[in-house]
Amino acid sequence: MSDAITYREAVIRALGDELEADERVVLIGEDVGAAGGVFKATEGLHARFGGVRVRDTPIAEQAIVGTVLGAAVSGLRPVGEIMFADFAGVCYDQIVNQMAKYRFQSGGQTTVPATLRMAGGGSLGFGAQHSQCVENWFLQTPGLKLCLPATPADAYTLLRAAIRDDDPVIVFEHKALYGIRGELRDDGLPIGAAEVVREGGDVTVVATQLMRHRAMEAAEQLAAEGVSCEVIDPRTIAPLDTATILTSVGHTGRLVCVQEAPAAGSWGQAVIATVAVAGFELLDAQPALIAADPIPVAYARTLEEATLPSVERIAAGIRSAIDA
Amino acid sequence: MSEARWGGLDREALLGLLRQMIEIRLFEDEVMKLFQRNLVRASTHLCQGQEAVPVGACSALEPGDTMTCTYRGHGAVLAMGTPLDRSMAEILGKERGVCAGRGGSMHLADLTVGAMGSFAVVGSHLPFACGTGLAAQVMGTGSVSVCFFGDGTTNIGAFHEALNLASVWKLPVVFVCENNLYGEYSPIASTTPVTELWRRAASYAMPSARVDGNDVLAVRAAVASARARAAAEEGPTMIEAMTYRHMGHSRSDPAAYRPEGELERWMQHDPIATFAAALPDHDAISEDDVEAVRHAAAEAVAGALERALSWPEPEPRHRFDHVWAAPA
Ligand SMILES: Cc1ncc(C[n+]2csc(CCOP(=O)(O)OP(=O)(O)O)c2C)c(N)n1
Ligand SMILES: [Mg+2]
Repeated sequence: MSDAITYREAVIRALGDELEADERVVLIGEDVGAAGGVFKATEGLHARFGGVRVRDTPIAEQAIVGTVLGAAVSGLRPVGEIMFADFAGVCYDQIVNQMAKYRFQSGGQTTVPATLRMAGGGSLGFGAQHSQCVENWFLQTPGLKLCLPATPADAYTLLRAAIRDDDPVIVFEHKALYGIRGELRDDGLPIGAAEVVREGGDVTVVATQLMRHRAMEAAEQLAAEGVSCEVIDPRTIAPLDTATILTSVGHTGRLVCVQEAPAAGSWGQAVIATVAVAGFELLDAQPALIAADPIPVAYARTLEEATLPSVERIAAGIRSAIDA
Repeated sequence: MSEARWGGLDREALLGLLRQMIEIRLFEDEVMKLFQRNLVRASTHLCQGQEAVPVGACSALEPGDTMTCTYRGHGAVLAMGTPLDRSMAEILGKERGVCAGRGGSMHLADLTVGAMGSFAVVGSHLPFACGTGLAAQVMGTGSVSVCFFGDGTTNIGAFHEALNLASVWKLPVVFVCENNLYGEYSPIASTTPVTELWRRAASYAMPSARVDGNDVLAVRAAVASARARAAAEEGPTMIEAMTYRHMGHSRSDPAAYRPEGELERWMQHDPIATFAAALPDHDAISEDDVEAVRHAAAEAVAGALERALSWPEPEPRHRFDHVWAAPA
């Protein structure tokens, strides 16, 4: 397989392949059916698989997630779409209290093969309630696996793996990435495996989604200045592949995390804390976290652009980590 | 002509309603053009075709009353008296916008006129409206809150929680459901078996009624009596206003799901055209008066647009403002 497709098409392909492969897979969400989803990430699936398996729900996020959970423990492998990731707030109880804890509370009587997809991320001018990266809202909840695909290949691989996984998985799609193109390959990298996406010797840069792409641009600029970045995409933040990150820091001695969400209580802080505890002696300098400012994402372009880490801000952050 | 036909309104008031509806229509024409010029970001949800609902409803309010609405809220916010230029500036993301460019098209708010907010997470403002009602009740202000929401919103939990609470506490709230037949791309019958949405209020022993939402005077009359009931401490009312959006759900929606002829049928019943055509039946209103209103509305919108465009963008260094009550 080596044809370039968009991230959006990769999502459709993953859903289609799983619906095809396993008749227990169903897809539910608001306008995911004939309309093909507001981000067009379910286009064609209703026509292919019919209204029993691909169905529109009312505007009712609690009902979507609760139904996915109930169906998952009753023989299906359901996928629920929460349109904008920000709306996870509406059904937070269903996700963190019900879905994440069902297996544990039952003493392991059943598995919960549930998948949720939701589109997050800023840079597009959607304002404070439609631009957030909400993955960190769930970091505190054992029982959930959290996937953050940055490329079409990972959108495909991780979503398929999520549907096949026997635990609840949330796949966070990024709105600003739906249109990017890349090769479709399923290299079998499982949930929980990071990928070294650029090799380098001076500094380890860990970044997800839109920030991975910006970090790669920054790495390119820095290469011209003689700084060699090793860029790692963790792909999933729960579970987190600390081994790959520690190995990298072992030969670079420096760590910079780049994320689109604000710093407090985030995966970037968790990575730094983990490396500080498990790999203190590997570090030649203090680690750095480049994150959004601790403010809501404004509608105005000038403000949003200043709030989210830019290529320039990332490059500057890496430079100061090198100089530290 | 009988007083009753004109809802007890005089010439000035009637022309005022027409003027507001036309201003909203023209305002949104400009928003659409700005969108096409890439000056409006992300998305915008026009209320074109539905103007009679906010204009009729807000005209029944008294000073001190409040209003909450949705991301399809340009009309409602303007109907409360929010200035055209500062509303346009907000949609352009300008510092002098009503929300200092922080909110944008989906979040217009102007608390100085009681426009408490445009809420973009479906259903989130119905409990908020209960809160404004609770404050009025506790403080004895006598003010009433009107809450606009769409047909699709009646399927989310917050709708049911809010109606139940408002009813059992007899909160002074008027819930106005703008039934434009679709929630995004889904016709209402595909997402609820209860398609006469006004009937849902009965679950909470709340009086309710369905009105022609494209008849500005009918909306006004229904809201006026609901307001009187709320002010008399008799509790909330739900009004279902039947209407239709001329445009798709948002700018990215060509509305291909509409059955053929549906839009054309509703265009025949356009709230502005029908009202403008009816007004000259009034003894004191001429065709020229209607024309003069059109002209004045167009001038007002053009002037507002020009000013809004000339105003500066927010300074990036001010982005930490407005997060906390005390300056950072
Ligand atoms: C909790 C939540 N779920 C989904 C959405 C996405 N969404 C925005 S508008 C809309 C449709 C709402 O329909 P309706 O209540 O009929 O209002 P209308 O747009 O027709 O005015 C949806 C599903 C949202 N904003 N919030
Ligand atoms: Mg609707």
